Amino acid sequence: MSDQIKNAQKDESMVIQKEMIAEHYKRLERAPETREPVVYTFVPGNLTELIRSFGCLPVLPEINALQSGMRGKSRDYIAEAEKRGHSEDVCTYVKCDIGMAMAGNIGPTGTRIPKPDLLLLSYTGCYTFMKWFELLREEYDCPCVFLHVPYQGEGKIEPEHRQYMVKQIKDEVIPALEKISGRKYDEEALKERLRLSVQAEDDLVWVLQSAMNKPSPIDAYFGAVYYVGPIFSAFRGTEEGVNYYKALRREVQGRLDAGLGPVAPKGPMDDERYRIVVEGPPNWTHFRELWQMFADEGAVVVASTYSKVGGTYDFGFRHNPDDPLGTMGDYCAGCYTNHNLPGRIDMLCQYLQEYEADGFLINSVKSCNSFSAGQLMILREVEKRTGLPGGFIESDLVDPRYFSAANIKNRLESYFQMVEARRGGATQKGLSA
Amino acid sequence: MSPSPRTQIIDWATAIYEDLDFTVVHEWLDEVPGRKAAGFLPVYAPKEIIHAAGMLPVGIHGNGAIEIIRGDAYYQSYICHLPRSVIELAESGRLDFLSAALFPSTCDVIRNLSGMWQILFPEMYVRYLDLPQVADPQLGAQFWQRELNVIREEVGRLAEVNVDDERLRASIAVYNEVREVIGQLYALRGKQPWKVPTEELYLLLRAGEVVPPEVFLAKAREYLQAAADSEERIKDRTRVIIVGSFCEQPPLGLIKTIERAGCYIVDDDFLAGNRFLSANVPLEGDPAANLATTFTASAIKTSVLYEPDPNGKKQLMQQRAKAASADGIIFCAASFCDPALLDRPMLRDGAEAAGIPCIAFKFAENSGQFQQFREQAGTFSDSIKLWGDAS
Ligand code: SF4
Ligand code: SF4
Repeated sequence: MSDQIKNAQKDESMVIQKEMIAEHYKRLERAPETREPVVYTFVPGNLTELIRSFGCLPVLPEINALQSGMRGKSRDYIAEAEKRGHSEDVCTYVKCDIGMAMAGNIGPTGTRIPKPDLLLLSYTGCYTFMKWFELLREEYDCPCVFLHVPYQGEGKIEPEHRQYMVKQIKDEVIPALEKISGRKYDEEALKERLRLSVQAEDDLVWVLQSAMNKPSPIDAYFGAVYYVGPIFSAFRGTEEGVNYYKALRREVQGRLDAGLGPVAPKGPMDDERYRIVVEGPPNWTHFRELWQMFADEGAVVVASTYSKVGGTYDFGFRHNPDDPLGTMGDYCAGCYTNHNLPGRIDMLCQYLQEYEADGFLINSVKSCNSFSAGQLMILREVEKRTGLPGGFIESDLVDPRYFSAANIKNRLESYFQMVEARRGGATQKGLSA
Repeated sequence: MSPSPRTQIIDWATAIYEDLDFTVVHEWLDEVPGRKAAGFLPVYAPKEIIHAAGMLPVGIHGNGAIEIIRGDAYYQSYICHLPRSVIELAESGRLDFLSAALFPSTCDVIRNLSGMWQILFPEMYVRYLDLPQVADPQLGAQFWQRELNVIREEVGRLAEVNVDDERLRASIAVYNEVREVIGQLYALRGKQPWKVPTEELYLLLRAGEVVPPEVFLAKAREYLQAAADSEERIKDRTRVIIVGSFCEQPPLGLIKTIERAGCYIVDDDFLAGNRFLSANVPLEGDPAANLATTFTASAIKTSVLYEPDPNGKKQLMQQRAKAASADGIIFCAASFCDPALLDRPMLRDGAEAAGIPCIAFKFAENSGQFQQFREQAGTFSDSIKLWGDAS
């Protein structure tokens, strides 16, 4: 395949995504004039279809924070928040978001993000969410509606938990959305959006599972953060979302047919030397640098847990248009960080096996107790259960002070040497058997 | 001369506090064959249910004095200290006496620790307690009542006891008395802090975390009487509230340091689970429903629960300062403690807007150097006295 075709294919989904995001932010900027209500909410457990069914526009502060990290703005935003009394110890997404608000709330595409008409606090898998929106409520002086999503402490959600969520959606969330939008709840409109969600979810899962091929046509961590962007944020349940995932699937199919690997920051990866599973969120301030460190070693991430924070679709979940409120409850409860630690360990072990990985790596971020507390145990348990080598690196999400390139590079190099050595060992074992 | 009853109580409590081997728990367990103990992590757990099953509720609060050998292998440096000392206690076999462990939804660290516990101790009954967070008290109570009934049944099965309404009511009555006596101790300390040094009150409550409530009640009542009768004279000190130490506990040395630096602690968050329900639980009717509705109607305002009132955070410090006639607030949170540190800017803004002087510092349960705290608290106290005189 010529470079031209490769680039054209690579560009197609990228271009679509870029355009839809730019359009969304433009619409947000115009919202005060168009009077489209703006709802801030979180990635895990977001009720995008419901929000959209009321003609409201979602804003995901985590996405803005990570974009600020990628664009080199987070350092100043965090400094500003710390100056205002926010502790250096807490989640940097929160500080980055607050710093951004204080600096005029200019979003990733350079347009102004309007104030929220409503904060929809889906309390799913992260304690910090609660504080984050309590803080934003002070900043914006707007209503906040709380959706308590029970944690899967026992590894499952009971029918009563589901009813509890549905009741909250019915009695709290929907009336709040009706109030800010001036519209009545329209179940048919919601169902239609959920049908669109299913299409996008199917295509996303196909794309993520394409990494089972050898070589993998995608990077299921660094690459996947782009792929999950639309579905985790404002575009689940939209035509744009459906079109994006169709285009992405076509593009990945093309790479698969041509036997190509993923495209890393410095170009295509032709030599897949290591197939790795990754646990933990990425670092955003040095995202491309970190990705390239993997690429330089010939390491392709074939599955990651981070790409499941907005839904564990690859384990079979799909929104069910026939049970619109119940399915939203199921969705919220099933997001990755709402699973207990044994469940997270099972997931990693399953990935290692199904994707025939050589090992797994944990990126432990300082900001996030939801992910990080317990990761050292995950490391040991997964190693014990699979016999595959685990590696551990530490960084942060958007605070550049906690990214030590030399240290991480060293650790990665040693880790891949260990994988190589184990592989040699395994081959020898295989030979002597 | 033999020590006064009050001194004896504090010596008893100190010995329990310093004992990393939970000897009093072992003694209680050994007294009658078949007895069981259930641990609970901070902040709030329904001890009534454990007690009603005939088990001993044991507060697991970590410990700053224990040398961390294994705990650090479980936690990165940027996670608070409490879970590593809890793991240390467990991995060293010191918690082997537990038949059950309850992990309330205090924060993601304790939440994830519940999963670690399931893996580390597969034989133990481990339960995550998802406290109700919603603004609607009826819905929250319904949810919590169901959770309480699940725990009641499962703990009962473990203890081989039918935790019927009568048993649960009797335990609620005991804990109502515990709440009352703690309320009286806090009230006396708030009014006449020179009679109830916080280091003593803290030690007493800390002992209460591991002994049967009936034992605690007797000691607490005796102490209360002795403290009320004390002839201790008032000193020229500043009245402060300590905010943010509801989970990982500060070392005793830090509490002493604050008071010796010229402050009377007149309200605090230490071992806040004891005061989590600010009202007694009714004894008439369905006891689980009563526990649940008392929770949603009267749980204290704290960082570990959602605050539905938009002005709630802003006003909280002012309300507490007024109730305790405090001159100032010391925000004293464990390093890396999300709930306390994320709340702090909101609480502090509210306090300062109301003209209440504040300082903030962070500790770890194993902090050993108090010089810096002494200076900060001393300067704070002096400045309040000066400021107070000038106004
Ligand atoms: S603590 Fe983790 S999950 Fe929660 S907001 Fe921060 S990064 Fe996200
Ligand atoms: S000290 Fe704070 S962060 Fe640590 S376990 Fe307790 S509440 Fe959680």
